[in-house]
Amino acid sequence: MATNTSGQAKLAIRNAGKRYGAVVALEGCALEVEANTIVSIVGPSGCGKTTLLWSMSGLHALSEGEILLDGTPIVKPRPEIGLVFQEANLLPWRNLLGNILFPFEVKGQKPDRAWIDHLLERVNLKGFEKAFPNELSGGMQQRASIVRALSLRPSVLLMDEPFGALDAFTREEMNQLVEEIWLETQTTIVFITHSIEEALFLSDKVVVLTPRPGRVLNVYDVPFARPRTMEVMAGKDAFDLHHRIKADIYGQQRSGGGAAAEASGAAAAE
Amino acid sequence: MSDEGGVGGRVGKGLQSLSTFGSGTTRLEIAAIIATAVIVIGGLEAALRWFEVPHYILPPPSAIAVALVGDFPLILPHLGHTLVVLLSGFAIGAGIGIFLAAIITQFPFAEKIIAPYILILVTTPMLALVPLLILRFGFGYEPRIIAVALASGPMVMINSATGFRRVDANKIALARSYGASVLQIFWKIRAPMALPMILVGLMIGAIFGLLTAVGAEMVGGGFGLGNRLTTYSSMIQMPQFFGVVLILSFLGILIYVIFFLIGKKWASWET
Ligand SMILES: Nc1ncnc2c1ncn2[C@@H]1O[C@H](COP(=O)(O)OP(=O)(O)OP(=O)(O)O)[C@@H](O)[C@H]1O
Ligand SMILES: [Mg+2]
Repeated sequence: MATNTSGQAKLAIRNAGKRYGAVVALEGCALEVEANTIVSIVGPSGCGKTTLLWSMSGLHALSEGEILLDGTPIVKPRPEIGLVFQEANLLPWRNLLGNILFPFEVKGQKPDRAWIDHLLERVNLKGFEKAFPNELSGGMQQRASIVRALSLRPSVLLMDEPFGALDAFTREEMNQLVEEIWLETQTTIVFITHSIEEALFLSDKVVVLTPRPGRVLNVYDVPFARPRTMEVMAGKDAFDLHHRIKADIYGQQRSGGGAAAEASGAAAAE
Repeated sequence: MSDEGGVGGRVGKGLQSLSTFGSGTTRLEIAAIIATAVIVIGGLEAALRWFEVPHYILPPPSAIAVALVGDFPLILPHLGHTLVVLLSGFAIGAGIGIFLAAIITQFPFAEKIIAPYILILVTTPMLALVPLLILRFGFGYEPRIIAVALASGPMVMINSATGFRRVDANKIALARSYGASVLQIFWKIRAPMALPMILVGLMIGAIFGLLTAVGAEMVGGGFGLGNRLTTYSSMIQMPQFFGVVLILSFLGILIYVIFFLIGKKWASWET
């Protein structure tokens, strides 16, 4: 177990750049994620959020820069990192339990059934082990995929717009679930979303990315105590924060690259 | 040419939609199907007797049934020969077809280049080669087995390739995120994802194989159900002739049912 020596971030993104041929998806991206915090990444579509997350998961290599986990560079997928995809990404030919055991099968590792049962109980999926994905609702599928990601007890959980396809009510339930799971497991969570509400409810920090090339525009601290009540989330502080983040995102979309670069300079001062 | 799965794929989709026929049939519908059969067969029997149609033109169903039961011991060995040709030719063709599809879909460039040739193999009736094969291999099993393999193989291959081409980047990424090897990705992601289309290919391939087996038996050699057809018709034994036709349609239906059931068991997640 790599212990988190004081002052060292759990995840450190250093000057990360990624190109797809002529397309510069990420450039000079820098970010630190403290252990046991939830950090959300927001930004307009196509600004490189998924690209950044996949690099953090070790699924693809950066063109430049590096990403460190507990001080060591991530060059390939690591068991300490769990990934939750947009859309549940369950294997439709396996039942729910088969999907959750999939990581253990690939690794040739004996599944920790007590932990899995506990997780299933936790997300209210006990009794659905034999059901196939097409027999489960979208929310249930996404809960199953969270169990799958947590089954190997990762210390980092990366989530790529996990609830984007769900309706508003299910989404709020899922947000609470993520908070509860986070309180229980004390993992470090990086959470990509299009929803500023979701980001504010869940995160300790909200990171705004600019598009083309993707880089960090602003990082906002979200100081509200947990568990976060509806009153706090509807209060003035939350409203102001929401407004600033929104202005960041829409400002970029209207005025394009030049203004974004200026704003990014201003953000560095913060 | 970029058309998903080409001709074989299209046929496959057709057969897939046909499979709705087997699912969710109610008791009433089954009763109606049986009643229709009774009316058609009974009506045919009555009409043929009433108009005194000679047996050599069209024998009544009762005469066919009598001939089928009475001559079954004589027909049975020929059924055996046909099954040997069909099963071994199909096993060889399907095995090679699936294997090539799995390999070739990994190399999109090579796939583009050989696609037209596969299409030619699919669309050419392999029956046309049987006289040549007989010249080379004689009147035994060999030319027939080769013809069946040539007929079913490309069908299996073109449909399997459609299946293997259905890559889902997210599912492969999922496997990779747990450190899966190339082989594990193949067996745990690509193969199950391709299975429904492979089954469609196997079904069409088996039916093409049956056609080709019977056709090849009609061309030469003294055994097999196809040979019985030519023999019975030349001797104007029409009840026996139609008895063999019935056996052949039963074989065709059996092939359909077998793959339908396999699909229901192993590929029902698709729908
Ligand atoms: N495999 C790829 N090949 C080429 N370009 C790519 C590839 N993947 C992503 N891109 C490009 O990189 C940029 C960033 O893509 P990415 O998927 O990371 O955006 P995103 O912020 O996750 O968008 P969304 O919010 O819509 O999911 C986009 O312009 C996209 O077109
Ligand atoms: Mg994305």
